[in-house]
Order: sequence, then C-alpha cells, then structure tokens
Amino acid sequence: MTVFQKFREGLVEWVIRASGVASIFIVALILIFLLKEGGGLFQTQKLGDFLLGQKWYPISEPGEFGILPLILGSILVTLGAAAISVPLGVAAAIYIAEVAPSYLKELLKSGVEILAAIPSVVLGFVGLATIVPWMKIIFHLPTGLTAFSGSVVLAFMAMPTIVSIAEDALHSVPRSYKEGAYALGATHWQTIYRVVLPAASPGIMAAVMLGIGRVVGETMAVMMITGNAASIPRGILYPVRTLTATIAAEMGETVQGSEHYFALFSIGIVLFVITFIINMTADMFLHREPK
Amino acid sequence: MVTAGMTSKIAVRNLSISFRETRALKDVSLEIPSNQILSIIGPANSGKTTFLRSLNRLNDLERDIQRTGNILLDGKDIYKDFDPVTLRRKVGIIFALPMPLPMSIFENVIFGPKRLGNHDRSELERIAQKALRDAYLWDEIKDRLDEMAMKLSGGQQQRLCIARTLALKPDVVLFDEPCSGLDPISTAKVEEAMLKLKKEYTIVLVTNNTKQAARVGDKTAFFLMGELIEIDETGKIFTTPKDKRTEDYISGRFG
Amino acid sequence: MFTARSRENIAFFILFLSAVIVILPVGMVVAVILKNGIAAINWEFLTAMPRSGMREGGILPAIVGTFYLVLGAVLFALPLGLAAAIYLSEYAKDNWLSRVIRLSIINLAGVPSVVFGLFGLALFVGFFHLGTSILAGSLTLGVMILPVIITSSREALESVPKYFREVSLSLGATKLQTIRHAVLPHALPGILTGTILGIGRAAGETAPILFTVAAFYLPRLPNTPFDQVMALPYHLYVLSTQVPNVDPKIRYGTALVLLAIVMIMNVIAVTIRSHFRKKKKW
Repeated sequence: MTVFQKFREGLVEWVIRASGVASIFIVALILIFLLKEGGGLFQTQKLGDFLLGQKWYPISEPGEFGILPLILGSILVTLGAAAISVPLGVAAAIYIAEVAPSYLKELLKSGVEILAAIPSVVLGFVGLATIVPWMKIIFHLPTGLTAFSGSVVLAFMAMPTIVSIAEDALHSVPRSYKEGAYALGATHWQTIYRVVLPAASPGIMAAVMLGIGRVVGETMAVMMITGNAASIPRGILYPVRTLTATIAAEMGETVQGSEHYFALFSIGIVLFVITFIINMTADMFLHREPK
Repeated sequence: MVTAGMTSKIAVRNLSISFRETRALKDVSLEIPSNQILSIIGPANSGKTTFLRSLNRLNDLERDIQRTGNILLDGKDIYKDFDPVTLRRKVGIIFALPMPLPMSIFENVIFGPKRLGNHDRSELERIAQKALRDAYLWDEIKDRLDEMAMKLSGGQQQRLCIARTLALKPDVVLFDEPCSGLDPISTAKVEEAMLKLKKEYTIVLVTNNTKQAARVGDKTAFFLMGELIEIDETGKIFTTPKDKRTEDYISGRFG
Repeated sequence: MFTARSRENIAFFILFLSAVIVILPVGMVVAVILKNGIAAINWEFLTAMPRSGMREGGILPAIVGTFYLVLGAVLFALPLGLAAAIYLSEYAKDNWLSRVIRLSIINLAGVPSVVFGLFGLALFVGFFHLGTSILAGSLTLGVMILPVIITSSREALESVPKYFREVSLSLGATKLQTIRHAVLPHALPGILTGTILGIGRAAGETAPILFTVAAFYLPRLPNTPFDQVMALPYHLYVLSTQVPNVDPKIRYGTALVLLAIVMIMNVIAVTIRSHFRKKKKW
C-alpha cells in the first residue's frame, strides 16, 4: 500500500471511530446544555421549593415555580395509561407470540408497527375529536379535557413499545422449557402462565418500563387533551398539566434568560433524569442473565 | 536441527499460541520447502487449523489471542517485516466450506486484483482466465462468467475459491480441509489441481483424511494436542513412523 | 365446570380480544381522518398558500417546510449514524467503551421529544447562533432520529455473514475495502429501511421543532436554510388548538396529508425490508 493510501485509510478509520463515540458526546452535550440553561433558576429559587412547591405561577410577580402539580399531573396520566396499556399490551404480546396462527401473527405485528408510526400530534388530534367529547358525555363532566382522556390516548402510544419488546422476550424463551412442560401433560395455556411468562419476565418488565418511559416523555397528544390546569390535580377526571406539556406550552411566551425560561429548562432536566433512570433500569432487565 | 531458513519458503520457530486460557499450539517448529506440498494430519483440536491460519495472520482476527515465536516467509518475519494486507496476497487460503461471495463468478475471481487497484477490464479478464484454468474450472464455466457464483455446485465453488486465490499470484496457498464438503469426484479434481499447482506455488494442506495426505503430500506433519509430533517425507511417515502416537493415528487406533 | 381445556379457551379468547383492541385505533384513526379529510384534498389545497389566517387556501408552505426539515435531518443523521454503526459492528471491541456507547444510544432513543426541543433551542438556536431556522430544526430532528439510524444500520451490518469479511481479508483487502465491497453492499437494504423509518419519524414530530424553527403563519416559501418555516405537524397542532372557526375539513385534510406521508414512508420501508429478506442469497 502506498503511503497516501495508508494515510487515507487511517483518516477514514479515524472518522468512523469518532462517529462511534459521538453518541456519548451528544448525550453529555444535552445534559450540559440543560444544566447550563436551567441552572440559572437556582440562583433565586431553592431546589426544594422547585421540586416540591405546590404552586406553579410562573408569570405572576414574583413568579412561583413549584412543579409538584406538574409532577403529579404526569404521574396521574402515566398511571392511568399504564393501567390500560400494560395488561392489554402484555396480553396482546402473549397472543402474538404464543397463540396466533402465522397469518394473523404477521397481520397483528404489522398493525402494531403502523400504530407506532402514527405521529403523536395526529393521535392528539383524533383524540380531541373523539375521546374528549365521549368522556364529557359518559362521565357527565364539564369538559372532556381530563387526565383520563390523556391516559387513554397515551395508552395506545405506549402499547406498540410494550407489545414488541414483550413479544421479543416471549419469543426468546427456549423451546426446551415449553417442551418440558408439555411432556408433563400441561395444556398450552398452563405452559404459558407457568413456564413461559416467568421465564420472559425480565424482558416483559423491561417492555413495561420502556412503555412507561414513552408515556412520560410524550408531549403533543398530552398537551392537546389533558386540559391546562397547572394546579394540584383533584382526580383523574379533572384537567391536569404534565411536565412535558408545560415546557411545550409556555416556552413560546418566555423571555430568554428570565426565571421562567430557566424554570422550563429545569423541568427539562427533571424529565431527562426520569427517562434516564427508566431507560437504564429497563436495560438492566433486558441484559440480565437468563434463569 | 532446523536450517537457517534461507532455502525454505516458510520457517516456523517455536510458535506457541493460546486463546484465553487454552493452549492451542505448543512450541511448534518446522520448515516448509518451496514448490512442495506439506500435508498436516492429526485428530480434531490438534492445532492444525490454528497453525495454518497463523501462516497468513488470519489469527489476528481472533480476540484474546497470545502468540510467541516467529514465522518467516522467505527469511522475513511475517509480523515485523510485512503488513497483513501484503502478506495475505502472498499467502492465500482456501477454507473448508466453499465460500463464494454473492457476486458473479467473474467478480469473485477478480475481487483480489481489483482491491489492488487494477481496473483495466481486459487485464482483469486475462487474469481471471489464467486463474480459472489453473484451478481446472475454466472449461466448465467459460460461457457463464457473469452468472452468480452461488449457483455453482459445491465442487465448482471450491475450485472457484482456488481460482480467486490464484488470481493474486500468491507464493503460498494454504488449504484448510478443502474437500470436507465435497463428493469424491470433486475431491479428485481439487487434488489434481493441487498436484499441478505445486510447480508454481508452495502448498500447505490440512486434512482429516490420512489417505488424501498420503496421495498428495511430499512431506507430512503429524500434530497432536497442539504439538508437532513428527514431520518427514510422506512415504516414511506412513510406512515407518518414528513415534508410536503417529503410528496409532495412521492405523486408525484413534482419531 | 371449568376444565383446564375450557379455561384455556377463555384465556385465549381474552388474549385475542386484547390483540384486537391494541390495533383497533389504527383502523379508527385512518377511517376518521380519511372520511372527514378527503373532501379537503384537491390540487389547490396541496399547492397553494394559506389565506385568511389559515381558514382558506392551501398548506403548501407546511408541506415544503416539512420536506426541507426532513431532508436536513437525514443529511445530518445518515452519514453520522452509518459511520457510528460501522464502528460498532466492525471495529468496536467488547469493552466498557462499547457498553457506554450502547447505553448512550439507548438513552438518546428514550429522551422525550420536548427535551430535544430544549436542547435544539439551547445549542443550535442559541449557542451556534443559528436562530429559529430550518438549519436549527433539521439538526435537532437529526439528533432525534440518530438512534433509529444507528440501530437499524448496525443490525443490517451485523446480519451480513461473518465469512464474507474473512474471505475478503484473506484475499488481501484492507479492512476498509472489506467493509466497502464485501459488507456494505449487502447491508444496504437494512440501512435503507432504517433511514426511511427515520424519515417517517422526523416528518411527524412536533415538539423538537416548536422552539427551533416552526412558524405560526408564514404564507411564503423559504429562501435560505436560515429562514423559519411552517411544518405539517405544527400546522395541525395550531389548527386544532389555536385557530377558532376553521372549517373542520381543513383540519382533517392537514391531518390526512401528514398521516399519508408518514404511512407511505412506512409502507415503503417495510416493503423494501420484506422484499430483500426473501431475496437473500445466503
């Protein structure tokens, strides 16, 4: 090889290696900039007041930046969505992985993939036109813009994640486990809930966590459907405000460098930390040694 | 015991290789003369393939490998005096299973020369024809050069792999159990090719088939559990082996 | 009397129902949008500027804006993502560094879209002084789809049989030549699929472009990458929540266009994937 060729190869390989490391760099960069833009809040506010304060009045004089109502709003919507999507999602995953005949399996998997592809603003839009009026009628509410409406729509956004990861986990349970159970006279269903499910449980846990992570991070559908009451939620059939919707809704009106601006970035830090923890935990479940 | 390495094509000195905790080769030394066929026999896990793959530094691709000792090609150290790319053009290898790349026959054969920078179509055609002739494949496929290589039979594919290696005009050709997946007729064709090739090339053949080693090898080496037990002219190894283990293996008492 | 068999049948029926419920919204969403939006789709809608504060006219600037944003995102994310995937598949060793990289990619994939928006605002709009522009928006979207492209490209590369590499190297090719001629061509369908899925994702996202590029009402086409631009997802959001007295069919029409673009991308990607899966010669 000529010296020039060697040099060129070395250069390209250097670029490849640098690109490989780039993702670490980008994650670090995100954290750094969030801290840089959000840290300014803590010159005037205390961390405790921020995280646990019950009043979010960012534009009053002086501003109050307690995000507890927002945290509770996110939790409420998330719990509701989890309550719907986890049982349905895991059940659907079991059906696809274990029970469905092959033509139906392909159809269902494609259906789940399509569901995953629908943009959140479109789901929010349809939810606004369908779920919200229904809620109002069914539950006799003054408005259909409630936490529960958000939960319903978000549940369907989490389901593709839950279904596909849980299905992978179920699919990778070794055949020998199942065959052992059949040999002992178990029915298919008994095999599933006694042998397959427990064996796949780390993967299913991971699926659930990642689904929840998806819900926590969701912005547009939530913003359009859960109403805009940034106060401590009174119940699941009342309007709420999530952490994500707050950022999206209020950033447009803030002045750069103002306390409000810092506060919104600080909410971003909170979200980043929450999803970081969820993702790390889920990954731990996915890479545990199989029993 | 060993000569200075000036007349041998390849000289191996005290080669030891370990993968993590397992010792694959223990202190192997031998000489491979030019324009001859060296057959290497031995049971499974005797280190034959590890030895073979050291000769063109293919073992560099393995993880966690430790190596001591030297290998000399024409008197030059293959680690200190060569870079792996140049070395592998001089020392080619044919693997146990035919491994055509998913391209046409022609593209397979000229893969090596093209990477060297040769893009002259007529030159490449000339190279391909010579290589295919030397591998005893030309007559069978000369009208089908643009067909996908994977459509060929196993024996044809293996000869294609030989042609592919020959296109680079190496000095040495390594064969790693090349006939293990082939029927007797294809096997005979590959052996015929090897015998003709030794006029221009130096050949090292690893084989599980002692009869093949006897048919084809000028010299034969017997490996057992990572050690070189005995190496001598093929006739002597098979009629009057010096080591009892060699005799036991050849007569089929273990394998 | 509940025998084991009848218990199984009931259980399986419930599982079946669950699966049906999960994909029901797909049909519902498509049906609702199609039914109400198809009336709005005509040549004028797709090619004209909005008028009367978006109550009349067309959505051309939003379509064009989305196109530019997605193009920019791919121009950023594809080279970087492919190179990173090549690193992970062909060069990385099994050590702490590759574990950290893997975790970073997983994290990046899980970051909420609005946090990407904040990041884009802080880094591209602010720190790099790009202002709210197509450039800032594209780069933000590009960072967001990076994990998708890296993951699908890496899987495509890793599914190329190992022996291709060994054969190429043993013929005296360098590592880069091996990657370029013996590996990459066969990973191309997978890489393409991943890229198209990334395109679909980028086209539909709203939060990352909220603070980095999106304009509320801009009835003209962009001239430079530093211009602000309208975009379909944001346009849909604005029409649904900020602008009163809009003819519903305009809202549904916008949703229909956005949904159609995203769906077409996905169908193309899946078709490529299954076509090449069947054609695989190894």
